[in-house]
Amino acid sequence: MGPKFLRPLTAPDAEKGQAVQFGLDNPLTLDSGRTLAPWTLAYMTYGALNAARSNAVLVCHALTGDQFVASAHPVTGKPGWWETMVGPGKPIDTSRFFVICANVVGGCMGSSGPAEIDPATGEPYGLSFPLVTVRDMVRAQAMLRDALGIEKLLCVTGGSMGGMQVLQWAASYPDRVISAIPIACAARHSAQNIAFHEVGRQAIMADPDWHGGAYQLQGTQPSKGLAVARMAAHITYLSEAALQRKFGRNLQSRNGISFAFAPDFQVESYLHHQGMTFVDRFDANSYLYITRAMDYFDLAADYGGVLAEAFRGCKTRFCLISFTSDWLFPTVENKRVAHALNAAAATVSFVEIDTDRGHDAFLLDEPEMFATVRGFLNVVAATQGVA
Amino acid sequence: MAYLRPDLAAIAEMIPHGARVLDIGCGDGALLEHLRTTKKVDGRGLELSQQNVNACVARGLAVIQGDADTDLAEYPSQVFDFAILSQTIQATRNPKSVLGHLLRIGRRTAVSLPNFGHWRVRLSLLLHGRMPQTKALTYAWYDTPNIHLCTIADFVAMAQEEGADIERALALSENGRAKPMRAEAWAPNFFSEGAIFLLRTR
Repeated sequence: MGPKFLRPLTAPDAEKGQAVQFGLDNPLTLDSGRTLAPWTLAYMTYGALNAARSNAVLVCHALTGDQFVASAHPVTGKPGWWETMVGPGKPIDTSRFFVICANVVGGCMGSSGPAEIDPATGEPYGLSFPLVTVRDMVRAQAMLRDALGIEKLLCVTGGSMGGMQVLQWAASYPDRVISAIPIACAARHSAQNIAFHEVGRQAIMADPDWHGGAYQLQGTQPSKGLAVARMAAHITYLSEAALQRKFGRNLQSRNGISFAFAPDFQVESYLHHQGMTFVDRFDANSYLYITRAMDYFDLAADYGGVLAEAFRGCKTRFCLISFTSDWLFPTVENKRVAHALNAAAATVSFVEIDTDRGHDAFLLDEPEMFATVRGFLNVVAATQGVA
Repeated sequence: MAYLRPDLAAIAEMIPHGARVLDIGCGDGALLEHLRTTKKVDGRGLELSQQNVNACVARGLAVIQGDADTDLAEYPSQVFDFAILSQTIQATRNPKSVLGHLLRIGRRTAVSLPNFGHWRVRLSLLLHGRMPQTKALTYAWYDTPNIHLCTIADFVAMAQEEGADIERALALSENGRAKPMRAEAWAPNFFSEGAIFLLRTR
């Protein structure tokens, strides 16, 4: 069955995806100590599972992503968020691989999250939804994998928070993950990243329309706060050089500056646009929950502070990718993971791609990234006898 | 089979089937790929140039971008059967410490290097009074990555100081032939363009 969406579907032709309903007998046990039941995980699949069930690739989405990785978004009608990477003939080739992407638990595209109805009360969860962690997200995906009857994943990949999930997958289920491609991520969220997230959360919570998280009951939405959160975050996804190249100090109007606070600079209009379009597709409380999950992520902390211990005896083949101008998840954080994997004697490749497009580069047309993923997956598929 | 540089071909012959190998300064991965296809070697690489690393990963090799001078300290001891350093030691900032790490990380270590004692180098400096540029050493003094060139005799002395036994020593001639040599002898240090050593910690 399909997921239930919170927002009106403006792209009626888009695929709506599927969802697994887990009943009271199948609770999701959370790191917080709470459990979630019944609960739902919404997902999309692309391509076909082969007879040996050996060609499944799990894609994990980032903070504001969703399961629509390679097909039109049913709310915005825009192309899938990673259509450059995933599709027929693409590096993650859906004519060879069975690609799965699930909306994270806590999200707002059909999976259980704060905007969904709490079956116990008949009202939206709001802040009564339990806090989730990256490990909870992965645990939920593992239950989906079981529901789909897949023993081993040929590859788990994703960028940013998706990359965090990839690392967690390899640490939690090393025998079930044949290869892993964590992109532009880290084994822990840095103080600077937590700080940026807190700015976003405070912007949402300062919006009077937030109503302590119960805005759905009030028939409102903290759109202004969420838009500001998105604007601040969006700056961190770019680089100083990319902003300068795209906008410089270019003005909106030929008539020069306005001596007022309407957007004079093109970069301002761009950010406003980013903020405004975001609120049409994303739930403010979900934004609070998922940013918190990222803040809490510290893989080494679960292993006595030694990251290598998280990967001890791990047979997974890793390919790590970072970008030179990414200051949100800089190369040094990715390299830290590479060294830990090496110390754990895991099989690891590490590629740093030269680009000025910042953190968002992983979503963009980066030929070297595509060549790397394609080459790596080819070899992995060959070792597993996947045609 | 694709062309393999003569020193790499000679090193490849030293590696047994199925060995665990760390190739430091692995370039575009030619040796690692050769070892994987011909000897089913479990190979890893460390390479400074990102362009080369990307080429390796696209070939499906396990290679990390990194610097031999700084990153080797993080490798555990004796986890590889072979540590390989081909045509790289002369480009490191601290060749002695790099060699020390290699001997610690690998049960055996294979090193290939250009020989600054080659007669052409000696003659070039003697006749022209300028920093030698030869077929094997093509860079001008100001843009060479080879900041610590040495002769065969220099390397042998350093290996001994680092407590390494030389198990095998090959002289590399100008036409790319590798043949066994006596490491301490005078002639190879004069007549060979490069050398390959197989070392192990005493």
